[in-house]
Amino acid sequence: MDSAPYVQAKRLSIGYSNEVVVADISFELRQGEAIALIGTNGSGKSTLLKTIVGLLPPLRGEVAVFGMHPGSNPRRIAYLGQFHASGFVLPLRAVDVVRMGRFPSHGLWRRMGREDDEIVLSAMRAMGIEKLAESPLRSLSGGQQQRTYLAQVLAHQADLLILDEPAAGLDAGGRELYLQAIDNELRRGVSIVMATHDIQEEPALCNQVMLLARRVVALGTPQQVLTHDTLLETFGIVVFGDQRHVHVLEATHGHDDKERLGINKPRS
Amino acid sequence: MDWLVTPFSSNGFMLHALIAGVLVSIACAIAGTFVILRGLAFIGDALAHGVLPGIAVAILVGFPGILGAAIGAAAMVGGITLITQRSRLSSDTAIGLLFIGMLSLGVVIVSRSNSFSGDLTRILFGEILGIGIPSILIQLAATIVIAALAIICARPFLLLSFDPEQAEVAGFSSRLYHNIMLFMIAITVIVSFQTVGTLLVFGMLIAPAGAGALMARRIEVMMLWAMLFGVLSMYFGLLISYHFNLAAGASIVIVTVAIFFIVFIMQNLRSRRAVRQQESAHG
Repeated sequence: MDSAPYVQAKRLSIGYSNEVVVADISFELRQGEAIALIGTNGSGKSTLLKTIVGLLPPLRGEVAVFGMHPGSNPRRIAYLGQFHASGFVLPLRAVDVVRMGRFPSHGLWRRMGREDDEIVLSAMRAMGIEKLAESPLRSLSGGQQQRTYLAQVLAHQADLLILDEPAAGLDAGGRELYLQAIDNELRRGVSIVMATHDIQEEPALCNQVMLLARRVVALGTPQQVLTHDTLLETFGIVVFGDQRHVHVLEATHGHDDKERLGINKPRS
Repeated sequence: MDWLVTPFSSNGFMLHALIAGVLVSIACAIAGTFVILRGLAFIGDALAHGVLPGIAVAILVGFPGILGAAIGAAAMVGGITLITQRSRLSSDTAIGLLFIGMLSLGVVIVSRSNSFSGDLTRILFGEILGIGIPSILIQLAATIVIAALAIICARPFLLLSFDPEQAEVAGFSSRLYHNIMLFMIAITVIVSFQTVGTLLVFGMLIAPAGAGALMARRIEVMMLWAMLFGVLSMYFGLLISYHFNLAAGASIVIVTVAIFFIVFIMQNLRSRRAVRQQESAHG
């Protein structure tokens, strides 16, 4: 076990140019641990992920990934963003997209071999898309495309996975395969930071949960954090059975769409 | 058979034109593939027209046109980069401003010279039938550079086309490789203007690659289709120009656009037939 933190943030402020989205974030993530970032749209989840992978510079405070500046170690980090620019023009098969997951460990020159082909196939199998390998990406449904992107992340064989709404668009079968794959990665000693709207299955795999609402509402274990009051503070509305609790949030940027969470009972 | 071969076997200038045309087709297929995939058609168009003042000034002061084209392209790319990095304006706005500014400057320079009318036609529509061995060698060197860049940067270019953020996280600077891609497109435009002219090089950049995109499931295959369509356009364009005494550059581009529409119609017919077959299979 590697005892040094994989991700360490100290009084970190994140945002764009001079606009602070979330200030004063502090947390640590060690090998084999996972943290779920939960919050409404615009609460700062994606901004934090982009800062960790080095796409955005920190505005204040410190963030280190494997003890180095974010973006210094691309071989050890796999990132799944929310949006892909590929559209319908790019002539790519599903297998080509998954193979891209091997690029960071091969750089410009190193040839891919049989071992890489096996890793790619295994990642596609893990997401149940091996039969779609030769299909053009543009012919796949949204859920199948999401499985392909997840397989690309798995094919990377990274030590740290940064996932932005990884279960978006997945059907029940896809979701099951994804949760199984995440569980396997954690058992392998991989660390995971994920942004999600799910407050049940994904946080159950995590050691820590951070609730975000353009500030850190709560940080701790899922049991400590996912309470009625903190969820109400984060989302503005929580539904338990047929009881609806509404808390009107301040109408700030990205925080004016209140989310209805249909959960049966709070985690305890 | 004579109709197809004799023009090239018995006329040196036609053979030179065909060799130069094949090299232009290869260069344009490689650069054009990324123009299509990355949605850079506007910057390709702007570069093709924006080199005009550089060429005009070079001809005016007695330097090679290709040198002026290189300076014009560098000014375009530098200006676009400066505006997009130092302001909140989108790259489309920056490209549009530089495009129209450079084109106007070129027209102003040309209009000040009485002896420019013949040169202007040459700049705009190329001079493929007057191409000499030195120009072919320059074209060959440029095509080798373009192909080498595409091979060396294959992985970052693919990632960049797929998702610039993925390229960045994978350790390939999206800004660096975007600029290399622009450089590759600029070289293609600069060395191709002598063959098909600044107005028509844009057609060679997008029409064969566009037709290739309709045909292919893989980027390498798209590039090969684009090369084939480009070479066919050159060959048949030159033949038509020779037999019917038409402008060579324009004939080539008309053929390439025609090929695009033939492929487009065939692909649509094929899709409809596939849908009909699936419907009948489902009863």
